[in-house]
Amino acid sequence: MNTFLQLLVNGLGKGAVYALLALGFVIIFKATEVVNFAHGSLVLIGGYLVYELKDALGWAGAAVVGIVAAALSALAIERLLLRNATSADHNSLALLTIGIDVIITEEVVRRVGADIPFIGDPYDSQPIRIGDLTIFRTQAIALVVGAVLITAFLLAFRYSNWGVAMRAQAENREAAALMGIRSSRVTATAWLVAGALAGVAVLFMATQDFSGAGLGRGTHAIALIAFPAAILGGLDSTEGAVVGGLVVGLTEALSAQYISFEFSKSAVFLVMLVVLVIRPSGLFGTKELSRV
Amino acid sequence: MSETMTPPAAPATAPPAPTAGAGRNWLKIAAAAALIVVLLLLPVLVGNGGVAYLKLAQYILIGAVGGIGLTLLVGQAGQLSLAHPFFLLVGAVGYAVLAGDPEESADLVGLGLPPLVAVIGAIVLCGLVGLAFAPVAGRLRGIYLGVASLSLVFLGLWLGQSLDMFSGGTSSGRNAPVFELFGFEFANSQPAPTIAGVAIQKQQRLWYLFLAFALMSYFLARGAVNSRIGRSWRAVRDNEAAATSMGVNVTRVKAGAFVISSAFAGLAGVMTALWLDLVKPDENEFTGTYSLTVAIAFLAVVIIGGLGSVPGAVVGATIVFGLQQFFLLGSQQFGWFADAQFGGFSAVVVSAFVYGAAIVLVILFEPGGIAAIGRRLTSRRSPDARSANGGDRTTPREDRT
Repeated sequence: MNTFLQLLVNGLGKGAVYALLALGFVIIFKATEVVNFAHGSLVLIGGYLVYELKDALGWAGAAVVGIVAAALSALAIERLLLRNATSADHNSLALLTIGIDVIITEEVVRRVGADIPFIGDPYDSQPIRIGDLTIFRTQAIALVVGAVLITAFLLAFRYSNWGVAMRAQAENREAAALMGIRSSRVTATAWLVAGALAGVAVLFMATQDFSGAGLGRGTHAIALIAFPAAILGGLDSTEGAVVGGLVVGLTEALSAQYISFEFSKSAVFLVMLVVLVIRPSGLFGTKELSRV
Repeated sequence: MSETMTPPAAPATAPPAPTAGAGRNWLKIAAAAALIVVLLLLPVLVGNGGVAYLKLAQYILIGAVGGIGLTLLVGQAGQLSLAHPFFLLVGAVGYAVLAGDPEESADLVGLGLPPLVAVIGAIVLCGLVGLAFAPVAGRLRGIYLGVASLSLVFLGLWLGQSLDMFSGGTSSGRNAPVFELFGFEFANSQPAPTIAGVAIQKQQRLWYLFLAFALMSYFLARGAVNSRIGRSWRAVRDNEAAATSMGVNVTRVKAGAFVISSAFAGLAGVMTALWLDLVKPDENEFTGTYSLTVAIAFLAVVIIGGLGSVPGAVVGATIVFGLQQFFLLGSQQFGWFADAQFGGFSAVVVSAFVYGAAIVLVILFEPGGIAAIGRRLTSRRSPDARSANGGDRTTPREDRT
């Protein structure tokens, strides 16, 4: 029972991080209908700056810089590249982000070199003991931070002007533009928010507790797990991203314990496959209708 | 809607060349023949000392065969797939199991079939695995399918690690059985036959084998694209509802595209096993022979070449797979990237930069890829070529807006 409780907290903590990443995919997809394959590299940019600056600025300062940098990189990708690819459709733009991802990932991995650092200094490898229960501090903090950020985001998405503009644009781009919603500004904020969430997520991902994989290709591969999370929930549903993230986190934690560590990543994808076979647009996604 | 759905573009079956275009046709045939002669003479041109260059060229052919399979699926049938490395793995392991010597090791399964039968068996096996995935592929579209296919790569990683009686395990792997055709072994021998003073040893023999595989794949794919199959793929890609109303069985066509693409990937897998002389599953999902990196490399091949274009895939493979080996070769032979231990610009990093940038530039400036550039060049020279569509009959994705 104790093991199970530990796994539950562990899995939910991981799930919160995946939910942050998946939310990023979903916001960008809703605003622009582009799937951002470069999300993993945004994660790496944030993490890399934390690693470089944490001695000079202190961990908290470096973390802020990392989050801002990830957000600005996301904005730069949108403004400099995607915006200018006028002759490409949404699927080609998704492929374009793969190209960006390859370049940024190689560059960060090259700079980090053999170090493969961990960047969760204030909380990494300091388990919390409550009675017989041992909980990874990283995952516990991730769960709290994730819950706060996700709640704030969902509230803003529902009630703020920005959220209304976002949803209007997702519903119908042209009609929203005619109602005076600035499409380019909505798109820009969507990328900014997604980048910032990726910057937050990496603070928990590149730790001993989370995966044992330091900042590098390992972190990038973990970021890929957020894909099944977003897809499983439905690419155009914010609530779906949160549910998807938690499902993925729990699946990974439970299968790593009860089946095998190697199997845990495959398990995540298998769960996604099962969901997709039953509901091809994900749990909460809008069904695609084809009019004839 | 693209021109593929409109009647004037429909006669994709070799239209009788207009008289004015006949000269250009001959030119094209002559150029192709010259290219084939050069490829056939390549072992002689590089000589016995240049085996490294031959390995490079072999690697390009692996990329070409796999890339052709993927361009049919992604470009012609419109199904995004990142599962190519998985089918490569199935092909490689399938070949090793089918042709493996039963006495080689007690821990490994080997059926000892003749290698040619094993190659065909591995290709069929990949096709069947592709068919098994077809129910999933048939239900999903676009990005959903892309990510769903990603699950096969992870599944392959886990299966490769856990089924080591087939795969040989991640630590040592297993030998790739020597290919053999009617008693002629594709291995070193004494004495070796010579062509113009160049001994035809293992690598030279493999080159001819790979060339045969690649040419076969190329012409099969061109045939498929220009036939009823290709037309049904494009119809499904452009509009499933319209395709259904034209009498195309959408489910079957989608499944068929997946099966055929997997079979090509299986052949590329067999070639990979022969090229490496080893079948060894990866240790992690992000670096290795059958990893995500390879999935992206194959995607780069078809994007750079132009989605749906078979010749484009070959050119894309030359750029993506060729450059990587070229830089590796440069670092080994001429000491490029000498500072590239960790944190330097190693061959892998530089080639990733180049093809990453190539993807970005192609989509920004020429979404039709190299195929579109080539098509424009050839049609400019002869105004009678039937606009963008006539010169090259691999119908491009021109339904972008």
